[in-house]
Amino acid sequence: MKNTDTPEKKETKKITFPQEWLVPVLAVVTGLIVGAIVILVSGENPFVAYGALFEGSFGNPLDYVEGFKSFFTTGDTQLLLRAIYPFTESLVTATPYIFAGLSVALGFRCGLFNIGAEGQFFVGALTSAYIGYSLTGLPTIIHLPLAILGGALGGAIWGMIPGYLKARFGAHEVVNTIMMNWIAFRLSDWLLNGPMKSSGFRPVTPNVEVTAELPRFFPEPLRFNLGFFLALLFAYLVYWFLFKTTLGFEIRSVGANPDAAKYAGMNIIRNFVLVMFLAGGLAGLAGSAQVLGVDHWVGQGFSAGYGFDAIAIALLGKSHPAGVVLSALLFGFLRSGATDMQSIARIPIDIISIIQGVVIVFIAAPDIIRWLYRIRVKKAEDTVLTRGWGK
Amino acid sequence: MKKLYFVMAALIVASLVLAACGGGAASGGDAIKVGEVTDLGGIDDKSFNANGWAGAQKAAEELGVEAKYLESTQQSDYAKNIQQFLDEDTNLIVTVGFLLGVDTATAAKANPETHFAIVDYAYPDCFDPAEEGKSCGSTTELPNVLGLTFQIDQAGFLAGYAAAGSTQTGKVATFGGINIPPVNAFMIGYEKGVMYYNEENGTAVEVLGWNTEANDGSFTGNFDSLDDGRSFAESFVQEGADIIMPVAGPVGLGSAAYCQESGACKIIGVDVDWTVSSPEYTDVILTSVLKNINVAVYDAIKAEVDGTFAGGIYVGTLANGGVGLSDVAGASDELKAGLDAVKQGIIDGTIATK
Repeated sequence: MKNTDTPEKKETKKITFPQEWLVPVLAVVTGLIVGAIVILVSGENPFVAYGALFEGSFGNPLDYVEGFKSFFTTGDTQLLLRAIYPFTESLVTATPYIFAGLSVALGFRCGLFNIGAEGQFFVGALTSAYIGYSLTGLPTIIHLPLAILGGALGGAIWGMIPGYLKARFGAHEVVNTIMMNWIAFRLSDWLLNGPMKSSGFRPVTPNVEVTAELPRFFPEPLRFNLGFFLALLFAYLVYWFLFKTTLGFEIRSVGANPDAAKYAGMNIIRNFVLVMFLAGGLAGLAGSAQVLGVDHWVGQGFSAGYGFDAIAIALLGKSHPAGVVLSALLFGFLRSGATDMQSIARIPIDIISIIQGVVIVFIAAPDIIRWLYRIRVKKAEDTVLTRGWGK
Repeated sequence: MKKLYFVMAALIVASLVLAACGGGAASGGDAIKVGEVTDLGGIDDKSFNANGWAGAQKAAEELGVEAKYLESTQQSDYAKNIQQFLDEDTNLIVTVGFLLGVDTATAAKANPETHFAIVDYAYPDCFDPAEEGKSCGSTTELPNVLGLTFQIDQAGFLAGYAAAGSTQTGKVATFGGINIPPVNAFMIGYEKGVMYYNEENGTAVEVLGWNTEANDGSFTGNFDSLDDGRSFAESFVQEGADIIMPVAGPVGLGSAAYCQESGACKIIGVDVDWTVSSPEYTDVILTSVLKNINVAVYDAIKAEVDGTFAGGIYVGTLANGGVGLSDVAGASDELKAGLDAVKQGIIDGTIATK
């Protein structure tokens, strides 16, 4: 333990240093500016658009005032609930992003590129749904944890397969996680049309039992549920695991330099399999939280590409759990706020994808940001995200 | 550098201020408000969503209603988008597709003053032990929801008749995405149409890919794999078919691409006129089975404007223009006359299409 202490401290110190966050923050700001230009070029008013985006993601400040007023004068919660609805919806949208972002970030820390989060998300969601609707008569205290655990395990196994293939046969995880995605998509097509189909003709699963639902904190239509806090808890757990345990240190060492790690006597093969198992489990939890907390059933097109956006979130968050939570919140607010932007400002939802894309380009090529904002590079060192082919 | 920060800060403050003001100004005007919530296909799917939106736009132009749409990018967006329109006091909310069936019913029951129209779905939809509000929308008809349904077997029948009258090899084919009523209704009518042509003309045209008696046929199992469309078309051609009707959304474009490359087959489009939605394949498109969702949506909006909106079920037929067949490419005068006669027969009720 003792010999691992020093590098740990160094690492955490470096990560929390504000300079580290300058590029991501400026990338987001620049992304929004580019988005504004695109909106302007398409003949709309970017202020109106971003105003609506803000209102859609945080709520209208005036509504809050009204809501609190009526709550304190009459005790009526109706208006207040309506005021906080947009904000809670943003948190609901951010929840699967946090889980999936952690999944990809964990992979990056070990030098693995987990493109399979989307497939793991599907498998996790389907497993949770199955446990959720097939078991009846269980108390919540047993049923809910069982359904969550099942989802995590489903995703974990889906992630472990490419991990094992890489460790055992040297098959590149990028190729195999992509392939596992397709298997998951087609598997879900089949399951939804066959064994898991509910009564009626719609290709959807039955609803999960009430005992398997993640509890919601407010009445309909507010969907804010325990899943968000679970996501935060897991973000902390991943942080603790990566930075406070020996195993976490090993994983980061393998990610930073597999040859050195091997020389230091670390078991690279075991770490690859373990990390993919855990990463898959996190992505599975994303699906699990979505089905048990929000939808309660699974249909075709269950995911809005959470697993793929997760790659961007992990990059933006510099593969640090805290960074992942922040960027997941950003994506959640953007995605959720886009509903108002679509409706009030009549800006297509695709503009959000443009903003996200631009942000990622700047993250991937930080020199552009440094050049744009005249930032001098202090140390020519960057987090190693993945290794090339054949390693 | 400092200037840049200042400009950015000013921009952010300005947008916040505008955001605060935006809320009050949004609700103005007395025009009837119509909102369409799409399914996952998006507003430019060249099919259901786009077609419904075309109807709404026409209503906006001709009737002066205020029309908006919200695109759903995942299933949890359905309820959220409906809620958005409810918050904006929308008069008529049009939801597209059966996947919105439960959320539409739930919202309709909670908001009896708001009118809804749902494309390709109708209530009551709870039959089995399904639980209301969960696996299905409603056990009863909802007074504020109009289900927009289509007797597509009528148009499918015409397509089958046209296919049988155009085939060179004596075999025509069809396949679907998945075996559900909205899909196989096309195929049932198609097979019937071919049979009717055989009876009338003493021919023996065969149908591949669907058998109404067995209630089964060829299905890709999905609505998005163009590769499946290609391979299904290829195997049908190998079995001797030269006309194919793919009832699987964009999957059919894969079939059209195969037909164009091989020159061995013609395609019958579904839902919309494919020579308009996919003009690059015009040379291989024989005709299209039209589900005129735009007509149905327009009619629903018109009823809302006239104050005559009533819940229940709208059935699009050949008679009211809700369904139809586009022009058949290269049809002989004899075939055209035959199609007209058949169409009249279906409208009169002398020809059964199911």
